Amino acid sequence: MINYFKEIILGLRTLAIGMRITFVRMFHHRVTLDYPHKTVTMTPRFRGHVILKVADAKPKCIVCMACQRACPSGCIKLDGEKREGAARKSLTSYTLNFTTCSLCGLCVESCAFDALEFSKKYNLTSMHKEDYQAIDLLQQAGGGK
Amino acid sequence: MYSLGDIVRLLLYLVGLIGFGAFNAAYLSLLERKQSAWMQLRRGPTEVGPWGLIQPVADGLKLLSKQILLPRDVNVPLFLLAPIMVVVPAIVSLVTIPFSETLVAHRYNLGLLMIFSFGAINIFALLIAGWASANKYASIGAVRVVAQNIAYEVPMLLVVIALVMVTSSFDLVEIVKQQGGGCWHWNLLKLGANPMMPASFLIFFICMLAETNRAPFDMVEAESELIAGAFTEYSGMGFGLFFIAEYVNILIGCSLATILFLGGWDCPFGLFPGPHWFLIKMYALCFTVVWVRWSFPRTQFYGLLNLSWKILIPLALVNLLLTAVMLKLVP
Repeated sequence: MINYFKEIILGLRTLAIGMRITFVRMFHHRVTLDYPHKTVTMTPRFRGHVILKVADAKPKCIVCMACQRACPSGCIKLDGEKREGAARKSLTSYTLNFTTCSLCGLCVESCAFDALEFSKKYNLTSMHKEDYQAIDLLQQAGGGK
Repeated sequence: MYSLGDIVRLLLYLVGLIGFGAFNAAYLSLLERKQSAWMQLRRGPTEVGPWGLIQPVADGLKLLSKQILLPRDVNVPLFLLAPIMVVVPAIVSLVTIPFSETLVAHRYNLGLLMIFSFGAINIFALLIAGWASANKYASIGAVRVVAQNIAYEVPMLLVVIALVMVTSSFDLVEIVKQQGGGCWHWNLLKLGANPMMPASFLIFFICMLAETNRAPFDMVEAESELIAGAFTEYSGMGFGLFFIAEYVNILIGCSLATILFLGGWDCPFGLFPGPHWFLIKMYALCFTVVWVRWSFPRTQFYGLLNLSWKILIPLALVNLLLTAVMLKLVP
């Protein structure tokens, strides 16, 4: 008989403790981020698709083709030309087929001139496959002409 | 017997009560979403209107624009009758709820009894909904609602009988009037009439949660076990009506608890009694109902029945006997 009442008292006490916890939680700091309105900054090691690094408003790339050779999926295509008065070759096109890219990063590693890096872009959606079959990185880097 | 003025007044009250019920159903659902979000460190609906205040309108429009599907083996008349049967008694019960001494649609000397008898129709409606759906989850939900509501109606009525013995009236206005003049006159603290009054309020509140099928007693719905229980096959406004009825039932339950135990429209410290006090107490109880739901996990079914038959009913019986003895001993 005494256990019967002990059980009731214990039950009521634990219920009260549970309700106190949830009540206190109502005034806690909110952890939700209003995603479309606010975004977090990406971590430094995040791998988005590669982009060309820019120095003096021109891509640092000298068209050595190392990244194209290093790419196991064959998704990088670039071309360049030797211009008058320039010491090195200049890029004329640099396209990335993002549909086959596996973000392995061999292109970034193979680049001896520090001209490639991972972007921090993660909002990549499209209704058309073509939008990612040939991303024009040269255009994204600011034309380069 | 009734003059034209009485009938017009009653009709106006009925329209007003339907509006009140629907408005509260909409905004209690928002409260539920907001409060659960706060308790889980989220923010709840924020996009529709300022602080998400127009969210219930968006929810209602969504439900209204959906088709009411009729699955193949459904018993069509009963299937369509059930949502109506669940919402009409809920609205009708509001008629005798006194918001203040004069603000009551129809003062009825058996008001308390009427609310309980209409409340019982809710079980039938859910049973019909579950049975007519021809779905195993719906059937299990329907069977559960009967077992659960029978189990919890007993202690609830025992507590109310003890209270009626003290007040010697079924008239809700009369019951509140007896509690006027400060919180020490409320039935909750009328320890001279029965030292178990706070406990009986607790029993009433627990039974109210179970009767309105709220978590932690939401065996009818039990979404992790029974998809949506008795409501599984309902879509669109068919489901919407069950949803409205659930919240209107909470409203009635909280109103009853306010009237029976917390002194209705009476001010706790004897100043400015009026309908605002009734609403404050009622919404505080509604808040508690939501608070309980988001604090505790769902009980198992045998735990639910054990609580009723092994704890609540014996305590309610002791409470009843004690009240009788006290009535005899204390003149």
